Amino acid sequence: MFVDTVIEDKALHKPVFLIGLSVTVLAIFFAFNLTNTIFGEFLSPVIGNPEESGFFGRLAVSFVLTILFVGNLLLISFARLKIQILIVWIELFLLFLAFAYSFDLEIAYIFQNDFICSTESARAKLCTPSKIGLMISKGLFTTIYISAVSIAIATVIAIVGAVAKLSNNGFAYAISSFYTSLFRGLPLLLQIYLIYMGLPQLGFMIDAIPSGIAALSLCYGAYMTEIFRAGIQSIPKGQWEASRALGFKFGLILRKIILPQSIPIIVPPTGNQFIAMLKDSSLVSVLGIWELMFLAKKLGAKDFNHLEMLLTAAMIYWVLTIILEMIQARIESKYKQKT
Amino acid sequence: MANNIKTQSNSESNPIISLKGVSKWYDDFQALKNIDLEVKLKEKIVICGPSGSGKSTLIRCLNRLEAHQEGEIHITGIELHERMKDIDTVRQDIGMVFQSFNLFPHLTVLENCMAGPNWVRGIDEKEAKERAMALLKQVKIPEQADKYPEQLSGGQQQRVAIARSLCMQPKVMLFDEPTSALDPEMVSEVLDTMVELAKSGMTMICVTHEMGFAKQVADRIIFMDEGEIVEQNIPEEFFNNPQNDRTKAFLDQVLS
Repeated sequence: MFVDTVIEDKALHKPVFLIGLSVTVLAIFFAFNLTNTIFGEFLSPVIGNPEESGFFGRLAVSFVLTILFVGNLLLISFARLKIQILIVWIELFLLFLAFAYSFDLEIAYIFQNDFICSTESARAKLCTPSKIGLMISKGLFTTIYISAVSIAIATVIAIVGAVAKLSNNGFAYAISSFYTSLFRGLPLLLQIYLIYMGLPQLGFMIDAIPSGIAALSLCYGAYMTEIFRAGIQSIPKGQWEASRALGFKFGLILRKIILPQSIPIIVPPTGNQFIAMLKDSSLVSVLGIWELMFLAKKLGAKDFNHLEMLLTAAMIYWVLTIILEMIQARIESKYKQKT
Repeated sequence: MANNIKTQSNSESNPIISLKGVSKWYDDFQALKNIDLEVKLKEKIVICGPSGSGKSTLIRCLNRLEAHQEGEIHITGIELHERMKDIDTVRQDIGMVFQSFNLFPHLTVLENCMAGPNWVRGIDEKEAKERAMALLKQVKIPEQADKYPEQLSGGQQQRVAIARSLCMQPKVMLFDEPTSALDPEMVSEVLDTMVELAKSGMTMICVTHEMGFAKQVADRIIFMDEGEIVEQNIPEEFFNNPQNDRTKAFLDQVLS
């Protein structure tokens, strides 16, 4: 991104802004009465019994919190950019943990043995002693497997669809535009049901995993068709003309000249699609596929410890998407160097 | 017509390019009006004229990057029309150099030059590479072979573009304002390359505003305005004794 060469004063270092911010934050903390929380307990030496501290206690708690909040911002503002980013990340993450902690979860539950393992039927290889183990060995594996296959198929669909959409063949254009319209127009959940329940009506018996993969590939193939089309169209006309003037045929131009140049343009939005697809693969849990979401619901349901398992799944999804983001950044920087 | 009969009677000087009554429209706007033109083997033609006069359109019709609607265009004896099957084989014999270079930015200079022979003509990689290096030497930038186009100056890029076309061993070279996008100090290096190419006996059709180049190289200069060929003559006559008022006005502006 373009960074201007003029350094502006930091807003946080202007007294007017600082005072305005402090007053606003104070008002917000004051509006939520926090005397009955952990903060009130901390301040009990000053304000006495939190329950009876009244207006003074409420003001004191908000005041201390405001000092902490604004002081924290002020301190961070003096750090270098990279340190700033790191500290803010860590603080936000701690806040998230505090949020999760406030659910009063039974963390050990995640690591307990699962009943599935003790049954005769599940004495299979994939059965592992703990719930988290099962989530990873079975759920994570299935999620990655479904996503990876769907991503590969969706990419192929997208290339074909984009070329069809750009061609002046009436059939190709009509089929491709009908396809993108339909599959972008229906909710993914509905597509999953339609494929799983609709195809058997036509006589195709289809298992849960193939129909899940089919729905994901078709849906994301439709989105990616548009991305690929835009990527191909963004290549200057001169590239086509130069190739045509050399006697290249259409397929050769696309393969050797246009697609390689559109990859850097296609990668960022396609990365977004991959990440979105990874998470949307949770929708196939409605077909009873043992992927992350399904297992999270199943394992938590027995003892009504839903949140423990859902949070576990949430963290696994998050880590997965972070890995995908890193891969995407790598590919992007690789193409930045080359062209 | 008399000219036409003469060339037909003499089979050795059969025109490599011939246009008869070629017209082209963009919607309602007529870009080319009834163009007749014949170019013989090894002839060097310079086309000039004010912007919007149709000179680029004309040259782009010669390898059918643009389609004409009326008249006939014959290239090396093959007629160009919308239902033709072998346009790619015709194009392989016609090199084209663009104003904006249009090099392939994701390929190195060497790969740019090898692309045509290797992928289209099916020449094996080793020979294509030798040929590419020979032509890069001819345009005097063999040392840039492994660089990417954007690492080169405009003049160098245009010389690579010329080499890329020559690698296909074309019978005709078309130049569409090859120096118009260049910084002034780089114009001469490209023109020098073109002069040398002319000396080697290549058939060339150049759309250009470089009148010095036209004087030095052209066998014939064609002046176009509003989609018509207004005047054509050998350079000496064209510059010293222009017949048409529009030509005179144009030359006054260009040469002043």
